[in-house]
Amino acid sequence: MAVTVRIPQPLRNLTGDQSTVQTNGTSLADCIENLDSSYPGVRERVMDEGGDIRRFVNIYVNGDDVRFIDGLQTKLNEGDEVSIVPAVAGGSC
Amino acid sequence: MSNAASLRCRECGRDYPLAAIHVCDFCFGPLEVRYDYERVKRNVSRQSIENGPTSLWRYREFLPCDSDEPIDIGAGFTPLLRAKNLGKALGLNNLYIKNDTANPTWSFKDRVVSIAATRARELGYEKLACASTGNLANSVSAHAAASGMSAVVFIPEDLEAAKVLGSSIYAPTLVKVRGNYDAVNRLCAELAGSYNWGFVNVNVRPYYSEGSKTLGFEVAEQLGWRAPDHCVVPIASGSLFVKIRKGLEELAQVGLIDEPKTRMSGAQASGCSPVAAAWEAGSLNFRPQRPKTIAKSLAIGNPADGYYSLVQLRETNGSCGNVSDDEIIEGMKLLAETEGVFAETAGGVTVASLKQLVDRGDIHPDETTVAFITGAGFKTADAVVESLAPPLVVDATMESFENAFNEPQPVGANA
Repeated sequence: MAVTVRIPQPLRNLTGDQSTVQTNGTSLADCIENLDSSYPGVRERVMDEGGDIRRFVNIYVNGDDVRFIDGLQTKLNEGDEVSIVPAVAGGSC
Repeated sequence: MSNAASLRCRECGRDYPLAAIHVCDFCFGPLEVRYDYERVKRNVSRQSIENGPTSLWRYREFLPCDSDEPIDIGAGFTPLLRAKNLGKALGLNNLYIKNDTANPTWSFKDRVVSIAATRARELGYEKLACASTGNLANSVSAHAAASGMSAVVFIPEDLEAAKVLGSSIYAPTLVKVRGNYDAVNRLCAELAGSYNWGFVNVNVRPYYSEGSKTLGFEVAEQLGWRAPDHCVVPIASGSLFVKIRKGLEELAQVGLIDEPKTRMSGAQASGCSPVAAAWEAGSLNFRPQRPKTIAKSLAIGNPADGYYSLVQLRETNGSCGNVSDDEIIEGMKLLAETEGVFAETAGGVTVASLKQLVDRGDIHPDETTVAFITGAGFKTADAVVESLAPPLVVDATMESFENAFNEPQPVGANA
């Protein structure tokens, strides 16, 4: 499955400044493995030592937060768009 | 020099210098000030604090600012009221109200801003900025005015008129953003990358958020140097909720109080209840919401400290209120009619949640319970105006007065 991945600004030093890259994968976990092969270092920035998505990294598949789908096991289809978005820290009370 | 040692990532533990940064470069976790507690311990005693200024700066050994002359317009050291009447109405025998309406700009935000402004000046900024639901903008504008700095404050376009005025009077550059608070926050996060300003709740956030823990210090000191059994705190971003406990724990860490066993409970409006909803579902992951509530100061649909709030609810055996707009108004009225404290809508959320928690059996009647009232009622007067009794209107005669005075008094007629 060919998918498009949107890369946030803080990770673009790993992707040669590209804001979107193409990769493959039948699941999100697959996709991140493949991304890490092409752009080493991506995985450790988005996944913690326990193999979970980092607390302050949000990943969306076609706009839906994967925490409310199947997490890293979320299935991907041809042409899906995966977005990696650091959480915005900030707020009032 | 302060006793702060570094900024540390709450997630991965990487250390950073005490600069104007708020997010871990590596894992995007929030940075928090880490202190040299041995040094704090050597420098403080109950006596030294009690002899300090009657503002939050009496706790300066626990604060991340170096300056001998902080920007202090009197934030903090607000009254802790023994709320016997409200307690009786709710069935609580040991209830206290922490009345943070008694701050210079009438909300607890003066605590965080006094520290953020002082630190921003130390870091070389000449301009303060913020993303705000209103109270923060009031406080940033006032502290900037008092310190000779300039201010650019960003608010959502639908704010209460009094909260807009409460900034304008101090003559900041006031920017109304077409969108809700979460949109304002996103804009400020982007602007902070381009403008060399001290955004108190963006790039200066680690220092800013330390202000909230002074509520924990004060409550413990005012109770005679002991932690309460139970705190009920409104949750917007969740920072206040988390930091009150940090304050209690720091006092214990340096030996000023015994180890706290305080239960921490939250309060949210149903129209913006990401934390309450996740807590009810037994989850540590909250779903961002699109806020729709009269409690606009709590209308943060994507709370930065939502996860840590949920962890804290679980760790401390707390509970979380989830109350409707009607209950919020009833809460505001109940607090005013029983204790003489006129709170803004957020205070209504807290009192209504308190009632809900008591009704559910989540607070024991004998627990020493503190409800945190974080902002004053005139800021959100529109919320209650239609549900209050109108004045009697009489001619200047005894007869006219007595006729009016003996009539049954209508409620809700002065819309």
